[in-house]
Amino acid sequence: MIRLSMLQFRTQAATAAAALAVLAVILAASGPHLFGMYDSSGIATCQAHGDCAPLAISFVNKLAGFYAAFYFIGIGLLLLVPAVIGTFWGAPLITREFEASTFQLAWTQSVTRTRWLAAKLGLGALAAMATAGLFSLLLTWWSGPVDTAVPLEQGPNITIIRLGYALFPTRGITPIGYAAFAFVLGVTAGVLIRRTVPAMAVTLGSFAFVQIAWPIWIRPHLLPPAHAIMALTAANIPGLAAGPGGTTIVNPPILPGRAGDWVLSFQTIDPAGRPFNVNTVKACLGTNFQPCQNALGRLHLRDVIAYQPASRFWVLQWYETGIFLAAAVLLAGFCFWSIRSRRLSR
Amino acid sequence: MSAVIETRGLGRQYRRTWALRDCTLAIPEGRVVGLVGPNGAGKTTLLRLAAGLLAPTCGTISVLGEEPAAGPAQLARVGFVAQDTPVYARMPVSDHLRLGAWLNPAWDDEMARRRIGQLGLDPRQRAGSLSGGERAQLTLTLALAKRPELLILDEPVASLDPLARREFLRGLMEAVAEDGTSVVLSSHLVADLERVCDYLVVLVASRVRVAGEVSALLASHHRLSGPRRDPGALPAGQEVIEESHTDKQTILLVRTDEPIHDPSWTVRPVSMEDLVLAYMSRARDDRTRRLEVVS
Amino acid sequence: MIEFQLDETSGVATYLQLVQQVYQALRMGMLEVGERLPTAQQVVAKLAINPNTVHKAYRELEREGLVRARPGLGTFVTRSPSGTDPATQARFLAAMTDWLRSARTAGLGPDDIEAIYRTAFRNCFAEGVA
Repeated sequence: MIRLSMLQFRTQAATAAAALAVLAVILAASGPHLFGMYDSSGIATCQAHGDCAPLAISFVNKLAGFYAAFYFIGIGLLLLVPAVIGTFWGAPLITREFEASTFQLAWTQSVTRTRWLAAKLGLGALAAMATAGLFSLLLTWWSGPVDTAVPLEQGPNITIIRLGYALFPTRGITPIGYAAFAFVLGVTAGVLIRRTVPAMAVTLGSFAFVQIAWPIWIRPHLLPPAHAIMALTAANIPGLAAGPGGTTIVNPPILPGRAGDWVLSFQTIDPAGRPFNVNTVKACLGTNFQPCQNALGRLHLRDVIAYQPASRFWVLQWYETGIFLAAAVLLAGFCFWSIRSRRLSR
Repeated sequence: MSAVIETRGLGRQYRRTWALRDCTLAIPEGRVVGLVGPNGAGKTTLLRLAAGLLAPTCGTISVLGEEPAAGPAQLARVGFVAQDTPVYARMPVSDHLRLGAWLNPAWDDEMARRRIGQLGLDPRQRAGSLSGGERAQLTLTLALAKRPELLILDEPVASLDPLARREFLRGLMEAVAEDGTSVVLSSHLVADLERVCDYLVVLVASRVRVAGEVSALLASHHRLSGPRRDPGALPAGQEVIEESHTDKQTILLVRTDEPIHDPSWTVRPVSMEDLVLAYMSRARDDRTRRLEVVS
Repeated sequence: MIEFQLDETSGVATYLQLVQQVYQALRMGMLEVGERLPTAQQVVAKLAINPNTVHKAYRELEREGLVRARPGLGTFVTRSPSGTDPATQARFLAAMTDWLRSARTAGLGPDDIEAIYRTAFRNCFAEGVA
């Protein structure tokens, strides 16, 4: 049955291999130059000198258009790979057999349905994980220099951090978990719906929903957030942000060595510990930010922030991947149960 | 003699309709069984239940003494050729044989290749581009080469031209002659079955109407023609299956195990086709009568 | 070796047709005592009928004493059909000719005679009739 599954999987495997090969060629061709620029930028040893920000800014600015463009293409690619796997490998796996009625051929040989499904599901899931893993390996390696440099710029609008919405799902091992989950999700949709195109649509839709809802509702709570209280001075206020109920609050400052932390929520409080609304400071209502900074600096305000430290990147990766793999196993169990109960409609 | 297929009160329901009901059969081994009935009568349902592709809603079925699709050993003893002979369209003929070899421990590869060669099929040709007759022969080869004790075929010749039909049945009968395989074969045309079947099951509107050895059925059914009379006046052991009257004449198709003593009847034998048609029209009349009662 | 044929329209059971063809072949000299009948496989390959039918026909022939099955070797003809001695045949031929002559004199045409013959024949040989 394994040999048959491999035979039936030939086209998909070839497509994946071709895509990986093309990617590998592009990355191998452009990698040396990128890493060369990184090495000569001095960012690797900047922590000791304390001048990371200017070095990082200069490095990022020097990158030619291709590198910036491909950096984002890589992110897009890795966001798509699990979705494509689920939709084009997972959904048609069983529906093809139902639509062509070949399940009548497959289920009347000398193998049980359980073994039949186990081989197809197992092989496909392994291939899905390997494919996503290789894509991630290649792109994580190639994107390493930029991933490191960008958070060091320490500007007020840095969102490209490893724990962020763009990078966390497209680096490390999380794509492996997503790919396995998406694949089994597709197979489940196929087992329930039994027609290819609707199953593909349902797979894509539900997987997209999970990928959008998860980082907003669940990932922030995978580990209990850390808390910090940061004193706000005229020198370290980076800017203002909208607060709850129409108030305005102070963006938390990024201290050296804290680049890459994922800030989940923050609140500005006055010395008495009450929530503080920046709109009550007259100097901040104008367009000039300098007087506002000075005014706020004199008020001895503090920011209370809840965040996930950058150092938790790998722990969170393992947790998230583990949860998605467990979900894949649960869905697979459901598929086995459903296939065995022989509820065939006419 | 043991039964290859034994059912007791077997039934299968889809949503609100019963595709098969109250089916009780004991099909002996070593026969070529014809399962005949109009489209939608429940033939495919019964065969799928026997092949283990469906589970019963009520009642029991045992195939070769075990539950259908009970495990790899039981699956290996039964071969199934589905309606419309499905094949993997993009897979060449040779890969289908590899499929058979990989999935069946008792696979007879030499026989499979010999058969494919005799049939003139190109092993490299994709199965989707074969003609209907060639596809039927391919799926029959796949089923035969696993050397089953029981072969189940669902309307295998329905969409074949007469020559392909004859070739298919020839190949099937040769396999039966060689191995003594039991065969259950369904069709909605009696003519297909007359040549090859020695056991008949007539299925109309999801119920079995009559079942038995063909020779016994033909021996116990007669067409009686004579002067016009009331069929209710017949002796007790004679069951009227079909009747028609003109103003002067009555023609009946009766089932009886006793000789006909009444000299005013002209007694003639009944062909299998006439027998099946009679039971089919009786079933239809029963249904009409039931609907009339309801409305 | 004898080659069987099947007449699907005749209304006669297949196995009986095979039995009759063996009788016919023996009478016409196309089949001789000691010859082997075709195997079920050979018959099936030619006619695409149920092999059980062939077995049934051969069992019937064996029951009537015409053939004998030797396991592993085949089914062989052991004697000619009895009741075909020329004297009996001539006697019945004469009786039939007389009957036909009187029927013609009575005014029956060939079709009437044929209908009467077929009815009588069926009534005589159909099964289950008293």
